[in-house]
Amino acid sequence: MKNKPFIGLIALTTILITSSGIALVQAKDITIDQQNKTFLLNNKKVETITVNQGDTIHFMNKDPWFHNIFSLSDLKTFDLGSYPKDESRPVIFDKKGTMEIECAIHPNMYLEVTVK
Amino acid sequence: MGNSNQQKTACITVLLTTVMLAGGTFSPVVFAGKSDYQPSKTMRIPNNNQLTPKRVELGKALFFDPRLSDSNQMSCATCHNPSLYWTDGLPKAIGKKSQQLQRATPTIVNVGYSRRLFWDGRARTLEEQATGPIKSSLEMNQDIPALIDELKAIPGYVELFEKAYPGEGITEKTIGKALASFERTIVSAYNSPFDRWVAGDENALSTAAKRGFDLFDGKARCSICHQGQNFTDGSFHNIGLNNGNDIGRYEFVKVKVMNGAFKTPTLREITRTAPYMHNGEYQTLEEVIEHYVKGGLDKSNLSPDMKPVRLSQQEKSDLVDFLKTLSEPSNPITVPVLPN
Repeated sequence: MKNKPFIGLIALTTILITSSGIALVQAKDITIDQQNKTFLLNNKKVETITVNQGDTIHFMNKDPWFHNIFSLSDLKTFDLGSYPKDESRPVIFDKKGTMEIECAIHPNMYLEVTVK
Repeated sequence: MGNSNQQKTACITVLLTTVMLAGGTFSPVVFAGKSDYQPSKTMRIPNNNQLTPKRVELGKALFFDPRLSDSNQMSCATCHNPSLYWTDGLPKAIGKKSQQLQRATPTIVNVGYSRRLFWDGRARTLEEQATGPIKSSLEMNQDIPALIDELKAIPGYVELFEKAYPGEGITEKTIGKALASFERTIVSAYNSPFDRWVAGDENALSTAAKRGFDLFDGKARCSICHQGQNFTDGSFHNIGLNNGNDIGRYEFVKVKVMNGAFKTPTLREITRTAPYMHNGEYQTLEEVIEHYVKGGLDKSNLSPDMKPVRLSQQEKSDLVDFLKTLSEPSNPITVPVLPN
């Protein structure tokens, strides 16, 4: 599961094509860093983010201690487990709505994701 | 053969250099840094409960008033005793009818900075937390409607509530708000030897205590959790104590790593708040350090940040010397005369 670090927003990794050949969705890969026990997007603290249905957020640990990202929201429940520095875990946002994401170990880390 | 030996020697030299570098011989690990411990945090106070002297006065009276328990024998201060640095000096708290509870009484020094309250973090505000032990059937066992009737019958309280929360009345909410207000005033002066050293006084710490801080913030890995001005980041960890049936944070956050996890306590006034750990398992700081040297006892759901730490006797002694610098000059408080 070890992924290389992403820097900021990596756009346009996937284009879904219908049978008629028309591009419908541009699913993106977005990297949210965990640094100094804070969620960062492009090196800035982030507490809310809006993504498109089908996008993936990669949660990248940049701290020298473990993080454990999870959500128990109605929209989506997941537990990425504990992972160390320089590792990331992906989450695909496949349903529309709003959900809360936290680090179980460091509950002051909070991210609200709106999927549209 | 000569070339082969030279190659072997070169390989060993490269290997040793790599190992030394990887081991941090030339660049010791620093997790937080000295400046992280400067008192710079702002306390979050709800808009509807800003601190006023009248609110603090009311909260202080309630905090020391045994009439807040069903027996009229226990107050908040029974366990959070200011003479014992706002804890009780016992391995585990004593509740209703002198029964021993499952967890230790934490000190409430600087609790106003905490964003998750109780050892398991189940309350998100001090206002919510404050009435928890009053209502708990194991602790003060007080029926809140009965308490409200009791307080309404005491003219002194009616006046104090009206001055503190005009028009809001005597309710569970205003009781919680007043207690929270008083608790927010129980703060460090941040004038310990350690604070003076952080502020620039190099003579405030002994050489041994400075070595102890370097260990604390590096090799001994303490500052992974004991970060910031109050030596806690408010995080939750299973550090391998003998928890018995106590699942800790997992009761409220059903994520595996939280099973047996408890909140990182402050280390301020640590020499005055023994016994240690959420279950009062250790009497001395030396025992606590041995726990971390071993990397925990019960490793069944151990935090992955818990790793055995090899420390010499001198290093252990340096760590204790450092921890002793987190105590401030005593600051006695005045106990209130209760309304009647």
